[in-house]
Amino acid sequence: MAYAEDDSHHDVPQTFIRKYVWSQDHKVIAVQYASVAIFVGLIGVLLSNIMRLQIGFPGVFDFITPERYYQYVTMHGMIMVIYLLTALFLGGFGNYLIPLMIGARDMVFPYMNMLSFWVYLVSVIVLLASFFAPGGPTGAGWTLYPPQAILPGTPGHEWGIILMLVSLVIFIVATTMGGLNYVTTVLQARCEGMTLLRMPLAVWGILTATVLALLAFPALFVSGVMMLLDKTLHTSFFMPAVVSMGQMSDYRGGSPLLFQHLFWFFGHPEVYIVALPAFGIVSDLISVHARKAIFGYRTMVWAIVIIGGLSFIVWAHHMFVSGMNPWFGFFFATSTLIIAVPTAIKVYNWTLTLWRGDIHLSIPMLFALAFLCTFVIGGLTGLFLGNVSVDIPLSGTYFVVAHFHMVMGVAPLLVVFGAIYHWFPKITGRMLDDRLGRWHFWVTFLGTYLIYFPMHYLGVLGMPRRYYNWEGYQFIPQSAFQLNVFITVVALAVGVMQLLFVYNLVHSAFRGVKAGANPWRAASLEWFTPQTPPQHLNWGPHLPVVHRWAYAYSVPGAAEDFIAQNAPAGDGGHEPQPYGTPEAVATR
Amino acid sequence: MGMVIALIVIVAGSVVFQLASPWWTTPIASNWAQMDHTLTITVVITGIFFVVINLFVAYTLLRFRHRPGQRAAYQPDNHRLERWLIGVTTLGIVALLAPGLVVYADYVSPPRDALVLEVVGQQWQWRYRFAGAQGKLGFSDARFVSGANPFGLDPDDPSGADNVVVSGNEVHLPLNKPVKVLLRSHDVLHDFFVPEFRARMNIVPGQVSTFWFTPTRPGRFESMCAQLCGIGHPNMRGTVVVEDEPAFQAWLKTQPTFAALRAGAKPASAGQADSLEAKGRALAQTKGCVGCHSADGAPGAGPTWKGLYGRTEAYTDGSSVPVDESVLEREIREPQARVARGFANIMPRVDLTEDELHALVAYIKSLGAPPAPAPGTAQR
Repeated sequence: MAYAEDDSHHDVPQTFIRKYVWSQDHKVIAVQYASVAIFVGLIGVLLSNIMRLQIGFPGVFDFITPERYYQYVTMHGMIMVIYLLTALFLGGFGNYLIPLMIGARDMVFPYMNMLSFWVYLVSVIVLLASFFAPGGPTGAGWTLYPPQAILPGTPGHEWGIILMLVSLVIFIVATTMGGLNYVTTVLQARCEGMTLLRMPLAVWGILTATVLALLAFPALFVSGVMMLLDKTLHTSFFMPAVVSMGQMSDYRGGSPLLFQHLFWFFGHPEVYIVALPAFGIVSDLISVHARKAIFGYRTMVWAIVIIGGLSFIVWAHHMFVSGMNPWFGFFFATSTLIIAVPTAIKVYNWTLTLWRGDIHLSIPMLFALAFLCTFVIGGLTGLFLGNVSVDIPLSGTYFVVAHFHMVMGVAPLLVVFGAIYHWFPKITGRMLDDRLGRWHFWVTFLGTYLIYFPMHYLGVLGMPRRYYNWEGYQFIPQSAFQLNVFITVVALAVGVMQLLFVYNLVHSAFRGVKAGANPWRAASLEWFTPQTPPQHLNWGPHLPVVHRWAYAYSVPGAAEDFIAQNAPAGDGGHEPQPYGTPEAVATR
Repeated sequence: MGMVIALIVIVAGSVVFQLASPWWTTPIASNWAQMDHTLTITVVITGIFFVVINLFVAYTLLRFRHRPGQRAAYQPDNHRLERWLIGVTTLGIVALLAPGLVVYADYVSPPRDALVLEVVGQQWQWRYRFAGAQGKLGFSDARFVSGANPFGLDPDDPSGADNVVVSGNEVHLPLNKPVKVLLRSHDVLHDFFVPEFRARMNIVPGQVSTFWFTPTRPGRFESMCAQLCGIGHPNMRGTVVVEDEPAFQAWLKTQPTFAALRAGAKPASAGQADSLEAKGRALAQTKGCVGCHSADGAPGAGPTWKGLYGRTEAYTDGSSVPVDESVLEREIREPQARVARGFANIMPRVDLTEDELHALVAYIKSLGAPPAPAPGTAQR
């Protein structure tokens, strides 16, 4: 490991443009990434609210035609999973937190880091351009399954799908540039004393998710390129001989299931690309705001790594009824349920961190607790869908919609909110408004629960997802439609409340109460920069030296209820030693 | 305190909702009651974890919330406790997985004596095929598909000639006899789903997928497509009628064989209708028109038929003409030639006899806004 004190290669930017636009500073890039992600995320929320209007009040809003409905479904899904959550956790939080938490001056490849953001921005522009393309954006569903994704009968099958695939390919280029940077930075640029097993779990979560992204996104990349070739040059990677709109096509012998395998080989790790950073960050939020060392740190690290590894051998649980060889079901059901064990351990350890803590119900803590509640139900309903014979009647129904929104939509977003309330004073030097924050919290947490909990039951009833309407089905009772009205009304309220959050962000960035250097009295390194907000190159003339882990809270005998990671070694609070080694190392 | 109350209300509310909710599985009509049992086991086991974890958190918040002067305990780990928790969780997972896999082993092993039903999904309608007297399904391939041969059966394969082909969206099945369903598509992905049967599978063009079940309750059941298949997806509906063996056999006899279909026999579902409009209405169902064209003014992928006849329609090429019989006939025969403004050029050419075309046009005409002056026109 090199402790680079020499910063001559990295001049301090002077002009506005080099400081805030073509910036190579990881903190500025993080804010750029996060701003764009939140902007497209708001579009995603708007689209979901329009979809809910159609589901709750079918036929009332003339402008929601079936074409538009499917286009909004598709764009909502893709925006939320890829362009909001992935970009925000890796490009936003990864960029901001990694160098500060490990004591680095910046990412090791600052120029590539800047390029990563601008390429991401291009992918977003291409994606949004499809709204203005002839025929509109693709309406193939976010999974983009061929053959229908590129055939007539699906909205946006001409330009929409091409722009979508091109945008994804560009996005993956951006993610790869960012990802290589994050991994290299964590492995190469940690300051003196910052061993891997002293890093905050947030870094572990982001690091592991980045490795997953580097290994999983190529599968989406190649399938995107192959489908582009199928669409434009009429190759037949995913296209069997089909009759489209009464005409025999010139496709021959391709396999639609091949696409599904490639897609989910990416798509399942993608769930953890979003979830692992959330796991890591929420661990830190809980520990700081409960003033207690994270329970079972090493187990938590291993759980993150094991979950990351297992996430590559469970993908076909998305395909139990896809028409693949049904014997695969045994293997994938088993591997899927095994993943529940390390995941459950993380949940236990979060609750055991709270136990005997000194729990401050600040807004970040409230969001962390809401995450815990939401993630528990989202994780448990995953056990329904992962268990193949329980999945068969439920797959393709609203149970699936409710499950994945709980587990990888709402739960990670609650962590995003908690994390923003937590680190906003670090980023801007000002606190977010507490009263607005509490409104935002309660409406978002209770609202999303009211939306998605009853939705599971519509799925058990058998209501299929991706339906423009369910008019005339006898097996659906009238009460189910009334429930849909209720869900729509709550969804609108939750949607509007996010505008309040954005208002809070903008307002507090300029007018918020000034925060001290360490308003939450946290122990991890990022709170001990010489200036708040941290200046270019973060650490002033000398890099920090770390003497302990990030969780030295309420150490017996210490003067305060936390000990900074870079406090002198004699202050105590060292990390517990691995299981089985003599516990004798109290000071070093 | 708010969070403590919220968690307790969430736990209590969720449990009450589970017990009192009017929405649960539809009454089962197949042999897959075991799937419902595994669902129940899963609800109970996961429910216990849900209640215990949330109440534990609520109690922790109540007891250890911040008070002035309080300090947290320092306990960074407890290996004994962690091992116990891993053990208990693993037990819970095994208790979920084991029964699930036992049921699944059944699901992937269809009985040898099962009746074979072929379901053909096409945007946005269903067709069905049974083996005939020889007991063999004839070879099929997308390249054989044409208006006269929508099943894509090989005309030169002798074992296909006696296959019973069902061209409507409705199929009948005998009670208490295992059915092995073979699924086929010539265009895109579909999924044949009857909630009451529980069993289902996607339909993938280029291959045949399969599942099996035994209908155990007589009645009419709605089938639907449950894999997004384009704009008409929610309108891809069918009916499965489960009845006793004699009634099933009687129904089967009214369906044409492939040989008869090629020789020009009319599909029974359209032939039963008495008036021209009623016949057209049945055709709109069987030919899949209703996937895009509503009869009640609801928006769809194509213009609604309500009020279409007699209206002046604008086209994407800038022209506009009042819709009469000849316009309708031409639109149906040459759908790609001219496209109504505001709609995509996605309408397939549907193979219709002259009689069928007249029936369909008569039906569309009957939905026209200014009622046709001719007396005796059927109204909906």
